[in-house]
Amino acid sequence: MTTRRSRPRFGMRWIRQDRSQVDPPSRPDRLVTVMLWVCAAYFLLPILWLALAATKDTDDLFSTFGLWFGERFSLWENLTTLFTYEDGLFGRWLLNSAFYSGTAAVAAALFATMAGYAFAKYRFPGDRLLFAVALGAIMIPATALVLPQYLLFSNYQLTNTPLAVILPAVASPIGLFIMRVYAADAVAIELIEAARVDRASEFRIFWQIAFPILRPGFVTVLLFSLVASWNNYFLPLLMIRSADLYPVTVGLAQLNAQSAGGGGAAIQFPMVITGSLVSIIPLVVAFIYLQRYWQSGLTTGSVKV
Amino acid sequence: MVAPFYISFLLMVIAPLVYAFRESLYQTRIIGGKTFVALENFVRAFEDPLFLEAIRRVIGFILIQVPLTIGFALLFALLFDGARILGGRYARLSMFVPNAIPVVVGALMWGYLYGSDFGLIAQVASALGLPDPQLLAPGSIFGSIINIAFWAALGYNMILLYAALQSIPSELYEAAEVDGASRIRIAWHVKIPLIRPTIMLATLLALIIGFQLFNEPQLLQPLAVGAISSNYTPNLYIYNVAFSQQALGYAGALSFVLGFVIVVVSYVAQTVAARRAR
Repeated sequence: MTTRRSRPRFGMRWIRQDRSQVDPPSRPDRLVTVMLWVCAAYFLLPILWLALAATKDTDDLFSTFGLWFGERFSLWENLTTLFTYEDGLFGRWLLNSAFYSGTAAVAAALFATMAGYAFAKYRFPGDRLLFAVALGAIMIPATALVLPQYLLFSNYQLTNTPLAVILPAVASPIGLFIMRVYAADAVAIELIEAARVDRASEFRIFWQIAFPILRPGFVTVLLFSLVASWNNYFLPLLMIRSADLYPVTVGLAQLNAQSAGGGGAAIQFPMVITGSLVSIIPLVVAFIYLQRYWQSGLTTGSVKV
Repeated sequence: MVAPFYISFLLMVIAPLVYAFRESLYQTRIIGGKTFVALENFVRAFEDPLFLEAIRRVIGFILIQVPLTIGFALLFALLFDGARILGGRYARLSMFVPNAIPVVVGALMWGYLYGSDFGLIAQVASALGLPDPQLLAPGSIFGSIINIAFWAALGYNMILLYAALQSIPSELYEAAEVDGASRIRIAWHVKIPLIRPTIMLATLLALIIGFQLFNEPQLLQPLAVGAISSNYTPNLYIYNVAFSQQALGYAGALSFVLGFVIVVVSYVAQTVAARRAR
C-alpha cells in the first residue's frame, strides 16, 4: 500500500492536487475550449430559457422570442399568482417536499452511518451475509419496488399519507455502502481501542468519537437522499391522491397536465414555468455550495469497484 | 447499531416484495372478487403483446441512449483531463447542473422547448425560414425523449469518468509522453484501458436506469397529444394497468417480470464485460 492509497478515498481528496501543474501543457487548447463551452451551453440553455420565461405573462410567452425578455416584466405577478393559487397550494407543496425529503434524508443518513460504521469496525455473526443482502438490493431497480410498496401500504391503509413517501426513502443500501467504505478508512481502530480502555460504552464511542469523524460521509449521504427524494416523482405519484399532500414534483406535473389539457387553462403555463423555476432554486443553490460532497458521493465506490 | 437500517430494509424492501409476490398470485375482478390463479399472471405477462411491445421499445431506447451518453461523457471527460481548458471547472459544473434538476422539471422544460406554441426550437426554425420541426409528433417523440435523457444523464457520467481519470497516477503515462506519444494515443491506449471498470459501471447503471424509463414519457403525454401510448414503456404500462385498469395483481406480476428482466440483463452484461476484460 502506498501512502496515497491509504488515505481516505473520499471527497475529492484522492484526486492529486498537483496534476494541473504537472500534466496538461501550459497553453490553453483554444479549439477544445470553444468546443466544450459550446457543448456546455446546450446544458445551460433550457435553464436560461426557463428563467426568462418565468418573467413573461401568457401573451409574451406566446409572442416573444424565448431567449430574451418579453415586453412586460411579469415575474412578480407570476410569483403572486403562483403563491396565491388555491389559497397557497404551491407553498404547501414546497413545504411538503421539504418535510418529506428532510425527514427521510436524516433517517436514511443516520441509519446508513450507524450500520456502515458497524460493518467497518465490528465483526459479528452473520455480518457478511447481512452486508451481501444489502449490497444485492442495490441491484433491484428502484421503480420495480414502488408498486410492491404501494400494494403493501394500501393493505394497511397507509397510502395517501406522508409516511407512504417517507418510509420507502429511509432504506438506503447505497448509503450503507458509501458509509462502510468511508468508515473503514476514516476511523482509526486505535482511537476506538483507546476509548475502550477508558471504559466508554460502544454507543458513546460511536456518538462522541466516531460520528464527528464520519460527518463528511454523513453529509454526503444526507445530501444524496435529500435530492433523491425531493426529485422523486414515481413514488409520490402512486402513493398520494390528495392535492394538499403532493410534493412539488407531482403538483407541477398535475398543473402542467391541466394547462395542456384544457384550452382555456393556457393561462396556467406561466404558473407552471414559474413554479418549475422556484422548485429548482433550493437544489441548484445546495448543489453549488455543497459540490464537494455531491461529487464525492457520486464517485465513492465507483472508482474503487 | 445495524438494527435500524435492517429494520427499515426489511419493512421497505423485503416485506413489499414478499407481499406483492403473494398478491400477484391472485386475480381481482370487479365481479367475483379475488381468486387464486397461481402463476397465471406471470404466464400472461410473457405473452402480453402490449408489454412485449413496451419492452422492445425500451430496448431500442437503451441501444441508442446508453452508447450516446457514455460515449460523449467519456469524450468530454478525456478532454477535461488531458487538454487545458479555459474555465474548465465551470464548464464541467455547467454540464453537471442538470443532475440537480428534478426529472419532472427537466421533462417539462424540454417539453415546452419542443412545443409549437411558444417553443424555442420552433421559434428559431421559423426565424430561419424552416418548417416547424414538430418535435412532439408521433414520428419524432422517440428522439425527443432520448435528448431529454441524454441531457439529464451526461453530467453524472462525465464526472464519474473524470474522477476515475484524475485518479490515474501520472507516472503511468509519463513514460509514453517522453517517448513522444500523442495525447490521443495516450488516451486510447493508456487512459481508457485503465478506467475500463468505471466505464463498465457507468454503462451498467445507465442500462438499469434506461429500462425504468417512465417520467419523461409520462410527463410529455399531455403535451404530445396522441404521440405516447399507454404502453410506451414497461413502467408506463405497469402504471396504467395498476391505476386505469385496477388490475393490481397483474401489475404486481408485471413489476416482478420487469425487475427480473433488468437483473438478468445486467448480470449478463457484467459477465460479458468480465470475460472480455480477461
